[in-house]
Amino acid sequence: MSRLLPFIGFVLVVALLIFGLRWNRTHDMNWVPSPLIDKPAPEFTLPLLYDSTKTVSRQDLLGQPYLLNVFGSWCVTCQDEHPVLMAHAKKFGVRLIGMDWKDDPDTAKRWLAQFGNPYDTILVDADGKAGIDFGVYGAPETFLVDAQGVVRYKHIGNLTPENIERELKPAIAQLGKVQP
Amino acid sequence: MKRALLVFILLIAGLHAAFAIDPLPFTDRAEEVRFQNLTRQLRCLVCQNQDLADSEADLAKDLRRQVFQMMQAGKTDDEIKQYLVSRYNIFVLYDPPLQAGTWLLWFGPFAFLALGAFIVVRILRKRQDQWGQTRLINANETANHNSGSIESDPIDPEEDW
Repeated sequence: MSRLLPFIGFVLVVALLIFGLRWNRTHDMNWVPSPLIDKPAPEFTLPLLYDSTKTVSRQDLLGQPYLLNVFGSWCVTCQDEHPVLMAHAKKFGVRLIGMDWKDDPDTAKRWLAQFGNPYDTILVDADGKAGIDFGVYGAPETFLVDAQGVVRYKHIGNLTPENIERELKPAIAQLGKVQP
Repeated sequence: MKRALLVFILLIAGLHAAFAIDPLPFTDRAEEVRFQNLTRQLRCLVCQNQDLADSEADLAKDLRRQVFQMMQAGKTDDEIKQYLVSRYNIFVLYDPPLQAGTWLLWFGPFAFLALGAFIVVRILRKRQDQWGQTRLINANETANHNSGSIESDPIDPEEDW
């Protein structure tokens, strides 16, 4: 038995190594859990992209759940995500609010004119302050906020048909159950 | 050779002191030192192996400006850290506080050390026992047969391991 001990130890170390490799593959190393989940969304008052004289605040959006998608025309991954949003925006069953983050509004308008506009409303966070309050660190990021203004789900990185099906849709469905 | 080593060490030391320079209007040197110390304890979330002080990421610049503004507003280091933690998780702190989620991080190494010590002690005990028994048997055999020659070395701790 004791002769087998080094071999068993070796097998355990190899198992740990394989586990580590698999973990790295299946988990996004840049993913940081948001402390905002199940907490009220931060306060914000931001101008509209298509009418900068008007602003929309957190209070204005209360009453119905919404998806807040943080994007920017400078963001390469947002470009990957964009066709997915175009295809799914109407099927989410909740409003899709865009937050044009740390971006030039004119460039954003051109970008949307070229690739299409999947959003119901677009807010402009030019200096990125609201983004910081939301804990945004890498666009695109998507927050699911319920009718009471509480953040229920956050996705960091681009939405794909797979993770919409696997995570976002169940999170939206859950929303209906929690609220009467 | 010694001189080359010295130059190398100085270069390495110089690297550590490098940080991104923003044109922030510090009121005095003490404030600047406090700012550098604070931002060195905070992680940049965009490039996660860099601290906020020496990251060139755009978000890091914004966060540095935020830290600076909060310092100007008279906020303490703890308040500034709390501000960032409430938005970006305790992951932003390079020195994580002791709390439920960080137990493994804090005590994991000690647990492994204790496990290692336990295994070593067990192996040594076992070896000592076998050694003692072999000696006893050999002593008996020597006495019984009254022979002076010993074929195999009885004191071989490596034998049964």
